[in-house]
Amino acid sequence: MELSRRDALAALAAGGVTVGATAALDGNPFDGGDEPAPDRPSPEERLDALVAVADVVYPAEVSGVEEFVRRYALGRVEDREGYRDGIVDALDTLDEYARTWHDADFRALDAETRESVLDQMAVDDADPDPDGSDRERVRYYAVNELLYALYTSPTGGELVGIENPQGHPGGATSYRRGPGE
Amino acid sequence: MTDGTTPDRTPSERADVCVVGAGPAGALVAHRLASDGRDVVILEAGERFDFADRTERMERAIRPAHHPHSVWEMGGERDAYTAAGERSYPLNAARVKGVGGTTLHWQGMVMRFRESDFEPWPIDYRDLRPYYAEAESLLGVAGADDNPFGPPREEPFPLPAFEPSHSDSVFAEACERLGVAMHSVPNARNSEGYDGRSACVGYGTCKPVCPSGAKYSADHHVERAESEGARVIDRAPVQRLEHDAAGDRVTAAVYAAPDGRTHRQEAREFVLAAGGVETPRLLLLSESSAYPDGLANSSGAVGRYFMDHLFAGMGGTIDRETRQNHVGFITSECHQFYDDPTRGTDGPAGGVPEWSGDGPEPGPLKLEFLNYAGPSPVETALAGDEWGDDLLDSLRESYGDSIAMGGLVGQRPRKENRIALDRSTTDDHGNPVPEIHWQLDDRTEATLRRANEIQAAILDELGVEVSWTVGPEATGPAFHHMGTTRMGLDPESSVVNPRLRTHDLRNLAIASSGVFVTSGALNPTLTIAALALKAADHVDERL
Repeated sequence: MELSRRDALAALAAGGVTVGATAALDGNPFDGGDEPAPDRPSPEERLDALVAVADVVYPAEVSGVEEFVRRYALGRVEDREGYRDGIVDALDTLDEYARTWHDADFRALDAETRESVLDQMAVDDADPDPDGSDRERVRYYAVNELLYALYTSPTGGELVGIENPQGHPGGATSYRRGPGE
Repeated sequence: MTDGTTPDRTPSERADVCVVGAGPAGALVAHRLASDGRDVVILEAGERFDFADRTERMERAIRPAHHPHSVWEMGGERDAYTAAGERSYPLNAARVKGVGGTTLHWQGMVMRFRESDFEPWPIDYRDLRPYYAEAESLLGVAGADDNPFGPPREEPFPLPAFEPSHSDSVFAEACERLGVAMHSVPNARNSEGYDGRSACVGYGTCKPVCPSGAKYSADHHVERAESEGARVIDRAPVQRLEHDAAGDRVTAAVYAAPDGRTHRQEAREFVLAAGGVETPRLLLLSESSAYPDGLANSSGAVGRYFMDHLFAGMGGTIDRETRQNHVGFITSECHQFYDDPTRGTDGPAGGVPEWSGDGPEPGPLKLEFLNYAGPSPVETALAGDEWGDDLLDSLRESYGDSIAMGGLVGQRPRKENRIALDRSTTDDHGNPVPEIHWQLDDRTEATLRRANEIQAAILDELGVEVSWTVGPEATGPAFHHMGTTRMGLDPESSVVNPRLRTHDLRNLAIASSGVFVTSGALNPTLTIAALALKAADHVDERL
């Protein structure tokens, strides 16, 4: 199933961001306007890192992940500097662990190794906490951020069998329909 | 505003009416009196929430990182309490302080009480009937006149009922075979646009947050009251009420402001609308030499007879798709056992057996057919320990075949169940916190068992593999705080008269489920709203 622009808009609506249907949603969510320091990841590299996390936590049967993540993150961080800082910090933390264990940034690792980094950090068992430990912040700002986006979107819901998932304003008629109607 | 950013929280110089509390009762009283040209001031302990933040509050409700209390800023030192009864009481789990009160969080189910519910009351259904109709209009109730067990009504609901769910249709097969009746549920939720509020768009998070505003919340009528000239002072918890030398009239409500200052709001009439816990607490805190046991408490009934509704439920899985969690509200119920919970039923496949239990006979109960049984996929995803394909497999495994019933049972009024003051514990202003004495009696437990019996019969007929039951051991409250300032004709045994005025003070009224004499087993808010409108009429008559 392909994640569409509509999915990104729906997921943003579930997070309190109202974006017009004709909104461009162009650009990079991590582009703050200033030139990043030479030793810091560029906005493109940060977006690549977030997409790399999505590649691990999203099921294989969804496509269109890169554009979905870019659009979603763009809407989520607009006018929310603190939230963007939280995501950036979580991605930097992931890079630190990846470099320590594998001498490469998270985005540069192959799929299997990326998953092993999250496993070794025990992010799967971590309680999501925006103010918590490294693994708790990674769980909150990266893993759960992306899972919230996916599973409150129509396509994410349909993957599970619910076309109007909780958090998505999908109307007050789907609950009446039987299976396959 | 005094300086463009800080609201002016000094008292109004002249007020006809001071309303304490901006929940549904306070909002409707204020709106009615302001519409009649009265100068109204509302004092609200909590804050005014920004409607634009509701989707963020919904996210807090769904994402496991955030405490449920954070959704509407509940709890903390301001809301401290102690539970002294046999059972703990989670007071802050569903009670909201703020403009709109607990209707910001509520489920939005709005039935009229049945005629039988009023038998011990000094008023009857006919007295409230016109107020019920008006309350339904104000709240925008979506319903259908298809409940054969409901009280008489002559006018249609203002909005069409929500259609039954697919899950209801699954239940209907078994209920028909057993001779169990199903009917619609009146919802304070827009089935179509109404009174400037959106139709339901299906966020599925009604309780605790409706981001669209389709579910009625009382901030709507607070704003309407303001447009009629009423004034709201938020973050202004009332500390005590003062009265005149004779002890006949309240003269002022003393409230605290966030800047640490204390103010006195004077008025000709006062209406307490702070709910069934804070209203008696305020009266008890307002003790004086004339009222050493608490204001308006010459009967000793203030805080006594605390009642709630108890939840009874049962659920499991079935070998078919039930399509739960598309919406967060209920579309069908059964009130067939309300007046006679011992009765059995007859249907083509048998029926629900009659009550055969030992001990006390059960009391009133109602049954609910849930549309949100089992896990919500997004909440499961965020709280699990998997991701990727493994997570998706687990979500598919856990979603789709859940089914469940709920129900409410009432409690009889018992003097020992009460809200008192815990003088050893104080809130953020140094006032003793409410001390909740609450326990279940044998009859309530029998009613819970009877509700479970009926639920088991229906689920068994459906072939449900039952995996959970909530009965007498695991039950919890529905957060309907009733009875603590009860209505009555006798000043020796009740707090307010049938005109909702306290027996002791001539300008003090109470608009709250605290005035309920008995609890029934139906959600109380429509009755709160009807009584609030009645109270407002009587206040207006006195002005």
